[in-house]
Amino acid sequence: MGRPADEQPALAVMERDPTLPAPAVDDAVREAAERKWTPAKVAVWAAISLLGAVAWFMVALVRGETVNAIWFVFAAVCTYLIGYRFYSKFIERYLLKPNDRRATPAEYKADGKDYVRTDRNVLFGHHFAAIAGAGPLVGPIIAAQMGYLPGTIWIIIGVVLAGAVQDYLVMFFSMRRGGRSLGQMAREELGAIGGTAALIATLLIMIIIVAILALVVVNALGESPWGVFSVGMTIPIALFMGVYLRFIRPGKVMEVSIIGFVLLMAAIVGGGAVASTEWGAAFFHLDKVTIAWGIIVYGFIAAILPVWLLLAPRDYLSTFMKIGVIVMLAVAIIVVRPEITVPAFSEFAGKDNGPVFSGALFPFLFVTIACGALSGFHALISSGTTPKLIEKERQTRFIGYGGMLMESFVAIMALVAAISIDRGIYFAMNAPVALTGGTVETAAAWVNSLGLSGVNITPADLAQTATNVGEPSIVSRTGGAPTLAVGLAHIMQQFIGGTSMMAFWYHFAIMFEALFILTAVDAGTRVARFMLQDSIGNFIPKFKEASWRPGAWLCTAVMVGAWGAVLLMGVTDPLGGINTLFPLFGIANQLLAAIALAVCMAIAAKRGSFKYLWIVAVPLAFVAVVTVTASLQKIFSPVPAVGYFANNAAFAKALADGKSSFGTAKTVEAMEAVVRNTMVQGVLSVIFVTLSVIVIIAALIATAKAFKQGGGHDHEDEPRPSRVFAPAGLFPTKAEKELQAEWNSLPAGQRTERPAHH
Amino acid sequence: MSSIVRGLRGFTAFVKGIMGADAFERYLEHHEASGHSGPAMTEREFWRDRMDRQDSNPQGRCC
Repeated sequence: MGRPADEQPALAVMERDPTLPAPAVDDAVREAAERKWTPAKVAVWAAISLLGAVAWFMVALVRGETVNAIWFVFAAVCTYLIGYRFYSKFIERYLLKPNDRRATPAEYKADGKDYVRTDRNVLFGHHFAAIAGAGPLVGPIIAAQMGYLPGTIWIIIGVVLAGAVQDYLVMFFSMRRGGRSLGQMAREELGAIGGTAALIATLLIMIIIVAILALVVVNALGESPWGVFSVGMTIPIALFMGVYLRFIRPGKVMEVSIIGFVLLMAAIVGGGAVASTEWGAAFFHLDKVTIAWGIIVYGFIAAILPVWLLLAPRDYLSTFMKIGVIVMLAVAIIVVRPEITVPAFSEFAGKDNGPVFSGALFPFLFVTIACGALSGFHALISSGTTPKLIEKERQTRFIGYGGMLMESFVAIMALVAAISIDRGIYFAMNAPVALTGGTVETAAAWVNSLGLSGVNITPADLAQTATNVGEPSIVSRTGGAPTLAVGLAHIMQQFIGGTSMMAFWYHFAIMFEALFILTAVDAGTRVARFMLQDSIGNFIPKFKEASWRPGAWLCTAVMVGAWGAVLLMGVTDPLGGINTLFPLFGIANQLLAAIALAVCMAIAAKRGSFKYLWIVAVPLAFVAVVTVTASLQKIFSPVPAVGYFANNAAFAKALADGKSSFGTAKTVEAMEAVVRNTMVQGVLSVIFVTLSVIVIIAALIATAKAFKQGGGHDHEDEPRPSRVFAPAGLFPTKAEKELQAEWNSLPAGQRTERPAHH
Repeated sequence: MSSIVRGLRGFTAFVKGIMGADAFERYLEHHEASGHSGPAMTEREFWRDRMDRQDSNPQGRCC
């Protein structure tokens, strides 16, 4: 299969079918159009640059009392447009060099099922729905502790130079390899040691990510009868949809999604009614440990049930909600344009002991905001599923790079929603009970004692906000989701419905976040179970059989047990779960990004693109430094709030000294729990960083070897000539339109079948 | 008026595509174009097969 990469793919076999029009716009024509700057084009890009510059000036430099949220939108969108038009084009031209005369896997492996040429705009939406979930809605909110500016800069600049680059590269390389997964590419490019380390790291990282996403849901639903009822109702709704699609009206996906959506809205409204009754409040008022066990049991059952019954219908519902929610949020922010009173840099920006997450701005801000700026998890989606659906090679820029820009925009909107609420309420909601004391009086007193400028809240403010959103309390509702829900309710009620609708909007937000997360939990458990089965299968072949029930159940139990243990640890942590575990989530996600970028660097080097290797090397170096520094601080920092082992030692010493209360742990059992948890977290950090360093070193060795030899053996599929045409970007160019017209004038019988939508 | 209808149709088709609701139509197109070796699956068979294949080929969903 492989050949020396420095030679152009054997063009002899790429001969074009003489009976068909060209499968690609002529390179010279395309280049000329791209390089030709008409006055109108210059004017448009000058206007975009100017608007972007003004917006950045308003957001970053003007220090007024407030800044309008619309400037965040302009700063983001203008930067994305410039990054997309210029930087991704640069990557395309000099590093990836796609060739539209070459067939994509969707063409040469077409089977009508997994490999299907898909209209680029549809695939853009499809890919976006697969990569965007609760992540970009949570990280930016937690990071808002530092003020709005560090997070804003990292989300917008990070995505242009790192996150979108990773997604684009992984997607392109996987497409050239018939849609191979990241793990398979790692094994091929980095050899047995690097490949195995990447596989184990991916598996562990998935466990952590699923556990912490589940923790976000537990924190949002704990002591919230309304939330428990309406989110709980998603299970019977999904089951009904599954049965409907299987037996009643197969394939009527839109119909069942609309029915499901109506039922979902009814569940939210009904939740309010149920929670206001005495029995409802009593029955659905569950503590966090109970909910955590509920999710663990649910996760196991959901992962062994057939897909059609629960997972697939919930995925439809989740996709449906995702599109709706994001459009709604964008419209609301543009219409309402809230004024932001949060400072650009908060009092915690220069400290390492913030109440929401601990650790200094560098490196912890860059791991706290993972999804939205750079998310390693995307590498798992961008390899595998999406590349099997791409119609033409040039479309990877729009779908891979552009799709990630879109996710970044979601993160910016989440940040805007979170910082549009009062700062006092933000800290009262996001600090652990150990600090706030759990009641409105103690929380207000604690927040006011922080000495934050412009912050003066009363217990009545906190109680009023809780009443408005229909919750018993909002104090210490950590995890980001409730804060986003309050922010979204705050913005949406100005748009539709006023204060009386706030409770609905709050629970609507909780509902969609829970829906996204539970879908990710199901899918993550399943994917991890298959990875485990596959790995064990190398030693005991029976395990490779997906239909062998005992193997499947055992591996599912192992996976659910692993994330369940981390989840319970987070829920019962006396130090407050989210703020000790969330950095681990970010580190895990970013280490996966480092692994993905390392694999991409090795591939790029083997293609002989040394001059432009910095495109991969710069984000790789940055993410490697960030995550390794963060991991080392988590392992070695002598500050107990930051270092897991320092905290472990402090609590172990207190126990040895016979103390019965230490710091925020008020009992001996709580102290023992801290000792146990910090040890587990510390050991996980050590394993992660070790595995990632192994992968990065393996990639560096592969890169250096390729450098010495001026290239290397690549593992691309054999090039095959393409017999179809489609435009590359959102809007077809003039040359593309002309070529499309040629294709359209072909007699129907001669045309290869076209994708579903044109 | 007809352009509004066309726009709406296009939008519906777009959303259907994202949701994967048009999978059966695309399968039929492929079956038609590829010089079929046997009769195509019926709509019911196709969706059953699609769901059941997902049981052993899970697709990740991101955070």
